[in-house]
Amino acid sequence: MLVPLSWLKEYVDINVDVETLEEKLFSCGFEVEEKYEVGRDISKVVVGLVKTCEDIPDTHLHLCTVDAGENGVLQICCGADNVKAGGKYPLALVGATVYATAKDHKTVEGVMTINAGKLRGYDSFGMLCSGTELGVSEDLFPGGGYNGLLVLPEDSVVGADVKPILGLDDWIFDIAITANRPDCQSIFGIAREVAAVLELPIKEPALDYHPTDKTIDFNVTVDAKDLCPRYSAHYVYDVKIEESPAWMRRRLALVGCSAISNMVDITNYVLKEIGQPMHAFDFNYLEGNAINVRRAADGEKITTLDEKEFELTSNNLVICDGKKPVALAGIMGGLNSEILDSTEAVMFESAKFARDNIRKSSRALGQVSDASARYAKGVDEYSTDMAMKRALHLVEELNCGKVSSTHFDVNTGNSVEPSTLTVSVNQVNGVLGIKVPDEDIVRILTNLSFAPKLSGDELTLSIPAYRVDMETYQDVAEEVIRMYGYEHIVPTFIPTAQVTNGGYNLRQKTELKIKRALCAAGAFEGVHYSFFSPADLDLINLAADAPERHAIKIINPINNDLSLMRTTLVPQMIAAIARNQKKGTLEGRIFELGNKFIAKDLPLTEYPDERETICIGAFGESEDFFTVKGLVNAIADALDVEFEYEASTKPFLHPYRTAKISCNGEEIGFLGQLTYEIQDEMDMRVPGYVAEIDLRVLSQYYGKDRKFIPLPKFLEEKRDFCFVMDKDITCAQVEKAIKDACEYITSIELFDIFEGLQLGLSKKSMAFSVVFTPKDEEFTAEVIDGFVSNILDSLSSKLGITLRA
Amino acid sequence: MADLIELSEKLSAIRQEIKNEIAGIENSKAVYEYRKSIMDSKTGKIGSLMREMGKIPNEMKAEYGKKVNEIKVWAQEQFDELDTKLKEAEMRLRYETEKIDITLPAKMRPKGNLHPNTQVRNQIVDIFGSMGFQIYEGNEIETDYYNFTALNTPDDHPARDMQDTFYLSPEFLLRTQTSAGQIHVMEAQKPPIKIISPGKVFRSDDDATHSPMFSQMEGLVVDKGITLCDLQGMLNVFVQKIFGEDTRTRLRPSYFPFTEPSVEVDVSCFQCHGAGCKLCKGTGWIEVLGAGVVNKKVLEGCGIDSNEYSGIAFGIGIERIAMLKYGINNIKLLFESDLRVLDQIDD
Repeated sequence: MLVPLSWLKEYVDINVDVETLEEKLFSCGFEVEEKYEVGRDISKVVVGLVKTCEDIPDTHLHLCTVDAGENGVLQICCGADNVKAGGKYPLALVGATVYATAKDHKTVEGVMTINAGKLRGYDSFGMLCSGTELGVSEDLFPGGGYNGLLVLPEDSVVGADVKPILGLDDWIFDIAITANRPDCQSIFGIAREVAAVLELPIKEPALDYHPTDKTIDFNVTVDAKDLCPRYSAHYVYDVKIEESPAWMRRRLALVGCSAISNMVDITNYVLKEIGQPMHAFDFNYLEGNAINVRRAADGEKITTLDEKEFELTSNNLVICDGKKPVALAGIMGGLNSEILDSTEAVMFESAKFARDNIRKSSRALGQVSDASARYAKGVDEYSTDMAMKRALHLVEELNCGKVSSTHFDVNTGNSVEPSTLTVSVNQVNGVLGIKVPDEDIVRILTNLSFAPKLSGDELTLSIPAYRVDMETYQDVAEEVIRMYGYEHIVPTFIPTAQVTNGGYNLRQKTELKIKRALCAAGAFEGVHYSFFSPADLDLINLAADAPERHAIKIINPINNDLSLMRTTLVPQMIAAIARNQKKGTLEGRIFELGNKFIAKDLPLTEYPDERETICIGAFGESEDFFTVKGLVNAIADALDVEFEYEASTKPFLHPYRTAKISCNGEEIGFLGQLTYEIQDEMDMRVPGYVAEIDLRVLSQYYGKDRKFIPLPKFLEEKRDFCFVMDKDITCAQVEKAIKDACEYITSIELFDIFEGLQLGLSKKSMAFSVVFTPKDEEFTAEVIDGFVSNILDSLSSKLGITLRA
Repeated sequence: MADLIELSEKLSAIRQEIKNEIAGIENSKAVYEYRKSIMDSKTGKIGSLMREMGKIPNEMKAEYGKKVNEIKVWAQEQFDELDTKLKEAEMRLRYETEKIDITLPAKMRPKGNLHPNTQVRNQIVDIFGSMGFQIYEGNEIETDYYNFTALNTPDDHPARDMQDTFYLSPEFLLRTQTSAGQIHVMEAQKPPIKIISPGKVFRSDDDATHSPMFSQMEGLVVDKGITLCDLQGMLNVFVQKIFGEDTRTRLRPSYFPFTEPSVEVDVSCFQCHGAGCKLCKGTGWIEVLGAGVVNKKVLEGCGIDSNEYSGIAFGIGIERIAMLKYGINNIKLLFESDLRVLDQIDD
């Protein structure tokens, strides 16, 4: 929120510099996000008195001698049409900075430094300035908008800096207001805080007004009381629509609000000053001598002041006259009752609307205004009342209308009077952990207008109606400490807390172990969004009825690409592989451990299943199915379990390079090479592999006890075999047949595989090392020979396998 | 005696031959071969001389043996000397031919890294775990009640505007804050409670500095007599372990619906140590987390007696810490699995 220092000073005689003020505000909870001098770009511009002014023949230029006080009398060439001898104008001295303007003399194009120069052969030692060149609009200073020189008041001191005269030495604070302090969404609200923190008195804005005896026949009703807890209205007549006075226009300009006319400006001024949105209806356009606040009918239409038409629903609140909607409540007035130059009487509105309704309406209709933004933060009963009084006072002050005695205040009974809050001082200090001296507590709460009464441990406060946030001793504690200073807090290390056991639980530990195992195997952990795109499901060619398509939809996604809760981690892994390749990384291993989301029903009626899942992606010329299988096995090793692999298919994986992964017969996931179609579609230069494993199923093996197996007492025997077999026979089949043949086998390892013409086209050879581990006694050569013969028999009978000659 | 004279001549000839021969030997292998041809007890020119002892008359045996032995010792010396010399030269040559460019790239077994978020998370968990905090991971999909209402943020509360929420149904949403986990814990567990709750959170924000998904770590202590002083004391330990021993904290007023008082916690800039730099935008302080004393309404909503117990809570943005710690300038880099990025962070 923009707060001009000059406006603040209307309510508090601020006696510190801007830096101190910023620090004080910061320390009590109001962060100044930015502060700047209004004339921050202007320097070395002084009051110049034109002594002589002569036309330069055949040009629009004038040659002037200008008295610049202690800066001497200077010769200046000036092209403005309103320069004349005896006038006082802003004079930019050599070295001054002012705004450079375009040819239209209105558009600011940056900051320029004034140099001594020659125009048409005449020396010029500075520049007489327009308002635009000083950043001074008509609203900021009368005459500032003139397309010529800015005329300074006659009493200006020659040679003096113009900044104080033009208000360019004023400061603007842009202050962040937290959501609990809607009462500070105004200049006066901030002034109350400034007064409290600087311990200075606050001067209230004048609220008095003097109604005439005039009354009119009119009726105000509120149908939608839940959405409009308070609605006040006041009739003002004999209205003279004119320009507002300079002081008001200047203040509005400083906070970024353009002046329109006195009646409209009064409502805007009160909004900025007190934080209460107001509206003025042109009374002549209110039909039926009535105002009613109600929900819109479905399909009802309204055109707002900015000439936008809206079709409404019963979720929108409207202000109606006797016949039709005349305002979109809390958001914007209707075009049909707009204040015009011809307006003769107005009905002022100052109301409290339910903040969430205004917020939701504003968002649903896409119509935002200062008023709706303000209402969404919440206004209070107190400011509703105060703002109306202030507006009526300003009508009188500006002498732009007569205040009648026709006043309406429809409310749900909430008081604008202070309420009482009693708390224990011990409890307040108990929150803070320090003992704030009683006198400091009383002083601070007095400064904050809580009129504290302390009796023993009992502290009684009178809470102004605008402090809706003050409810408990914790709120009081916060008020005390933010003014007393957080630097008084003495760090302690939870001395009163009881000892607890901490750290990761078994699942968390095991997941970290799996991650570390994958890192050790050369994979990098990635994190991808929990949501993905419907197109991701198409990318991996999922059938229309695939369970993965039963994804939870986000009602209000940022865009369609982030609109579904993911049901598999694969598509984002594919995207990561492709992205890396695009950036020139042609080899790598990535894994992600995250949730996929399985809805029990849609739309959701209960918590969905969030399944911990691990996805592995690998790509590069040195990767193949088996290197990635090795990565998957790293998980098995970390858990001390064995995975089984079976040939399988997936719509996004190579039909002959895909495996189903199981653990103790239970399916846990899959592994395979991405299809060449996906590789092409994603512009991948090298093949990619993915695996996805459901950690939920594996979690039953977490924390498996590790038991030491005593080393063998007798020497192990190792035998190597080289077999010839049909090509279709798998390694797993051979291993199983070997294993089944002898109970003493503790390891079977493939060490060579060969295909060649000498074996025949349909044959291959595989070589295995087999280890026999004795249990009770050493094996003799005869015993081993027996094992070998059993193995050969088993292979021969089951699979037709022979030893290679 | 004729035999002895004959022997002397023979030995002289051998001696001369050895002298001539070894002058031309250039490597230790040739030395070995030549030595063998001379010294072998069966076939060597000197070695075999002893075998002829039998043929020597007895009275000459002593003299014969002495002379043969002399030449044997002499020959050994010749060979040893030459062998040592040649072996030294050969070793030198071997070393020279094995000269390498030691500036060539190192050979390493490639290893991956945990995600920067995981690394930061582990560090935080280590710190708080050692203080007795348990780790609670809540759901990513939450109900409106746990994410907002139970955290003192009813439907019409303006604080809902502070966080743009993704809705999945009128009731279910993507949690906007890990604080949602607080409520589940307090409903399930009685004080003393000390938990941290890391996890992914979601807000409808997507620009250069915001990601629609990011990670937070919530911390909660509920016990008897817990105060704002404890909050600062606990956070001091935390930031000193994360950012360095000389890191200080500064509390300043802020607002969260579920804490009262609420504070923003700034740490003294660990880059410039408070002098003012680009990282801290010249202020000497960096905002790292939000915290506060748990609002009694939140405790009471979970059935905890606020007269007996009080609590403190804090929330940290994991990516923010990761970005500060590692100097990562764009949050999006953390979600792209760009190996050029992930390869760099190994803390």
